[in-house]
Amino acid sequence: MPQIFSKNANGVARFVIWGSCAALLIAAAIGIILPRSDLVTGVGEPLAQPVPFSHKHHVGQLGIDCRYCHNGVETSSSAGLPATEVCMTCHSQLFTNANMLAPVRASLASGTPIKWQRVNSVPDFVFFNHAIHINKGVACETCHGEVDEMPLTRRAHTLSMEWCLGCHRNPEPNLRPPRDVFLMHWQPPEDIAEIRRQLIGMLDIHPETMTDCYVCHR
Amino acid sequence: MSAIADDRPRSAIDIAALRKRLARSGEIWRSLDEIAGTAEFRRFVEAEFPAIAERLPGKPNRRTLLKLMGASLSLAGLAACSRAESIVPYVRQPEILIPGKPVYYATTLSSDGFGIGAILESHEGRPTKIEGNPDHPASRGATDAVMQAAVLTLFDPDRARTPLKGGQPASYGDFLKDMAALVSRWTASQGQGAALLLEASTSPTFVAQIDALRVRYPKLKIYRHDALATPAAEAASRALFGSPLAPIYRFDRAETIVSLDADFLGEGPGRLAYAHDFAARRRVRDPSDRMSRLYAVESTPTITGAAADHRLAIKPSEVEAVAAGLNAALTGQTGGSGSPIDQAWMTALVDDLKVSGRDALVIAGAHQSAFVHAAALAANATLGALGNTVELIEPPDALPVDGDLAALREAISRQAVDTVVALGANPLHTSPANLDMRKAFSGLKLLVHHGLYREETAFLAHWHVPAAHELESWGDIRAYDGTASLVQPLIKPLYDGKTAHELLAVLDGQFETDPMSLVRQHWAAHDDDAWKKALRDGIVFDSAAKPVTVTVPPDLGSLRPAANAAAGIEIRFVADPWLRDGRFANASWLQELPRPLTKIVWSNAALISPATAERLKIENGRVINVVSNGADIDVPAWIVPGHPDETVTLSFGFGRKAGSVAALAEGYDAFRLRSGAEWFATGAALAPRENSVRVITTQHHQAMEGRAIIRHASLDLFRQDPHFVRKDAPPSPTESLYPEWPYDQEAWAMAIDLSACIGCMACVSACQAENNIAPVGPDECERGQEMHWLRVDRYYAGPLDAPEIFFQPVPCMHCEKAPCEVVCPVNATVHTHDGLNAQVYNRCIGTRYCSQNCPYKVRRFNFLDHQSFDKDEAGPEQGVHNPNVSVRSRGVMEKCTYCVQRISAKRIQAQIENRDIADGEVVTACQQACPTQAITFGDRNRKDAKVVREKSAPQNYALLEELNTRPRTTYLGKISNPNGKLAGPGEATDG
Repeated sequence: MPQIFSKNANGVARFVIWGSCAALLIAAAIGIILPRSDLVTGVGEPLAQPVPFSHKHHVGQLGIDCRYCHNGVETSSSAGLPATEVCMTCHSQLFTNANMLAPVRASLASGTPIKWQRVNSVPDFVFFNHAIHINKGVACETCHGEVDEMPLTRRAHTLSMEWCLGCHRNPEPNLRPPRDVFLMHWQPPEDIAEIRRQLIGMLDIHPETMTDCYVCHR
Repeated sequence: MSAIADDRPRSAIDIAALRKRLARSGEIWRSLDEIAGTAEFRRFVEAEFPAIAERLPGKPNRRTLLKLMGASLSLAGLAACSRAESIVPYVRQPEILIPGKPVYYATTLSSDGFGIGAILESHEGRPTKIEGNPDHPASRGATDAVMQAAVLTLFDPDRARTPLKGGQPASYGDFLKDMAALVSRWTASQGQGAALLLEASTSPTFVAQIDALRVRYPKLKIYRHDALATPAAEAASRALFGSPLAPIYRFDRAETIVSLDADFLGEGPGRLAYAHDFAARRRVRDPSDRMSRLYAVESTPTITGAAADHRLAIKPSEVEAVAAGLNAALTGQTGGSGSPIDQAWMTALVDDLKVSGRDALVIAGAHQSAFVHAAALAANATLGALGNTVELIEPPDALPVDGDLAALREAISRQAVDTVVALGANPLHTSPANLDMRKAFSGLKLLVHHGLYREETAFLAHWHVPAAHELESWGDIRAYDGTASLVQPLIKPLYDGKTAHELLAVLDGQFETDPMSLVRQHWAAHDDDAWKKALRDGIVFDSAAKPVTVTVPPDLGSLRPAANAAAGIEIRFVADPWLRDGRFANASWLQELPRPLTKIVWSNAALISPATAERLKIENGRVINVVSNGADIDVPAWIVPGHPDETVTLSFGFGRKAGSVAALAEGYDAFRLRSGAEWFATGAALAPRENSVRVITTQHHQAMEGRAIIRHASLDLFRQDPHFVRKDAPPSPTESLYPEWPYDQEAWAMAIDLSACIGCMACVSACQAENNIAPVGPDECERGQEMHWLRVDRYYAGPLDAPEIFFQPVPCMHCEKAPCEVVCPVNATVHTHDGLNAQVYNRCIGTRYCSQNCPYKVRRFNFLDHQSFDKDEAGPEQGVHNPNVSVRSRGVMEKCTYCVQRISAKRIQAQIENRDIADGEVVTACQQACPTQAITFGDRNRKDAKVVREKSAPQNYALLEELNTRPRTTYLGKISNPNGKLAGPGEATDG
């Protein structure tokens, strides 16, 4: 009986076998890397806003405290976005004719809110609470990055579950004294390791309970 | 025999055999099907979610299945993508409002016209949850099942959205133009031919407005139509004392209570307060504690009868004889002959009453005749209880009217009235059939209807004006004891509805009014501080009615018992406990909330006794024809143990098709058999038909067959053996193969006092509101797929015709050694550091292994997408969702979480303040709603916690202890207080 496959078929078979292994590996690598890449997570990509609000100007140059606009951050789950009226406390006096601010003035005049594009978001089944993080020494810049250098706000971290859990498993490296949480470019003191160890005790932080599912999912 | 469609064969139950069997044993059972072991019951026991096969589309072939799988795989990727969202901050943010933090307001909800105080939780201006107002006398911090649904009706997409002129959408401006013409016509004619048709109302502003209209239009007639009115108490006091007075009861002082067909725990505007006080007098934790005793004589099974220590079922017309007999016995006369009550029973009862003296209490059923009320007053006076356990006050709902609906009908037919303005009332549904209001209203020159829905009367009306929901309204209202409180809006009217006050102002010629100022004007005597305080507190300080002192004449005035009833079947009408006269028929939560005793959902049935069913040779679901007063209706029969013989109970509220939810419901309209405002009828006839219809009941779902679920004892037995719950209990092992969990911080636990539970279902409704639990509709309920995280099981014990009745709320037990956790292949149900069995919806792949392995059957599975996630598609009803609880999708298991969102909120608060969570700080939704405080929740690791004290009571036991699941939810065995001289309930038994 003549052979069905020629000798060349061995090479083809090897190529197919190894090729599909390689393809699987590449697919797996893409599957792992792509969802974490900035392309998908949107990290670093500024969104177009109805008013090109610059944290760089307001925080970096003027030094306005985070809480002036995000006033729920210490007490509420939501940090809150400033009402049009808050913008107009200053802008009724400053840049009163700037074209850039026309939507803000229009909003106050018409009573229609400004629709901002959400930059930092977690899915609906995640119940994030700002107040507890702020009160336990997790700084704004720990999650939101150095907003004082952002002309247009962009996402600084993935806000993925993996990223959240990194800190919930071991919060120590991200802690600072709660009085310093609103500072930007905070330079840790020399004995920060000791301070952080103390903070865990003083602030009654229990990392072993912080990975319970219901901490974020209810 | 639950859940049988018409075509399925039904097994007949041999009632005589069951009666024989139950007479001997102390068996505890759920239904006739259960003890008879019918196929229908086995169907629900053997498959936890029966009829899953019915779910599958036809016979899916391989190709369809592959297609479906392919689709779900490709969709799985899409689900991860999040759409760009916008954030919309305020333009002017209210000072008190911080996004993410709920704000609480006090307001008052109306229950059959009377106020019950409530605290509303509002998220960014959106009311989502209703709690009781602890400062309000009619609430005492509790709510009932119907109040919980007020947020649902607020967001009901079927609500009337626009004024209608002759059925066509019109503007409110057009309406005002027509009203201006009407006002000038009335002004000229002094209101000749005009009539107002009102509902029951206790609003002081409303009464003042009506008075003003009477002055303005002297010939204006006012009629009151309130299908659920119970005027007998006032009629009795008018006959006895010359003025109408309303009784209020002080259960906190009552030692021996006799109910003459009074369902004081389930009906009436004071029910929550009464339940609170009643249960407080029956809280036994130690053999030295005392308990009140309740004798109930009733004409239909009620939750009051279930709570009674002695219960007697008699025909409605026989209650008068009992009342007369009781009075005679108390005053020492020889007992009236022909009393339907056993003489020994009456003697024991009278002795008990005499011992209690002024701490005794005789209550007449609100729907009973004036004679029964007079007899009860006389009995209380004889005992010295008048002024102590019974107080008489000016009726809070006194509204001087020219007559009822029949009077209006008569006035229309003699053409004395040609214009009717109906405020809230829906007479076309709720009027007796023989009045033929449709014909009467058709001949009117002008009919204006004001209501929340475009209901039956609205279709006939020349003008229909949408009403503002009570959560959108300014108003005021009085509670059962006369306490006035304010109604404040939680939200601007969604559909530009108008309050009744605004409409009355229009008729008074004030076309542009502010709904608040109308109410504020009435309370002008209160300065702004007092007004604000009343708004904040939810009550107007010191506004309760003062008790009136009276003397009962010895001969009961002119009141006599009615002549002996005609032979034949008697009909007892009741209002559906949730839908009332049908006004809440479009609230899916209420349609799907099992009725306390029958556990029927989405329909009503004609309740009959086993003996009557035996005589008629009918079974559950068989259609019977009820004939009374020349009218007849076909109704499905439902056999209820403990129902009086030769009596049929028909409930109002069903048979409506107005509204998309109401149209899903089945059931009959009992108003068609009513001839007036009567609550019972005699001389009716029952004739079985050949066919059956489905009656959907949840009573077999999640059964835990034959095990010691309910444990109970009499007070005497408890005193002999405080640890009666341990008697005959199988030993529970001490070792376990399950992991040992450390509980270093909190260890959440719950105790449920079965003695306090009255089965009112408020907890189930509150749980549904708090946890975004989806209603599933009648077909799903029939399959046993209702989603309630908390169920209240009803058990019977003892003889078939007069069983004892028990209720047992069953939430998740949160086992320390949880069988559900170990079987989940994807770790979607996990143990937390504080001992909760957490369910992670996003991990769940729907194997249902956990539910299979749960011995308590407390897990619920989403077989369908019951709630839409598409914000545009979901419609206004998504507004009711609690923003702190995930909405679950199809294919996901869910269950009671001990209200983990509330625990988390309090924990975050405590952590921010750097302190421990205080005892009593975390309150679960079921606990908060409970009128009798049967549920206690707290941290078991705190030695001073209330839940620890409850659990250390001798009658504390866990369900199925022998399985060694170590549940965190435990029960306090039921203790009743029967009279030792009467043979009856009370031997310690395990169910």
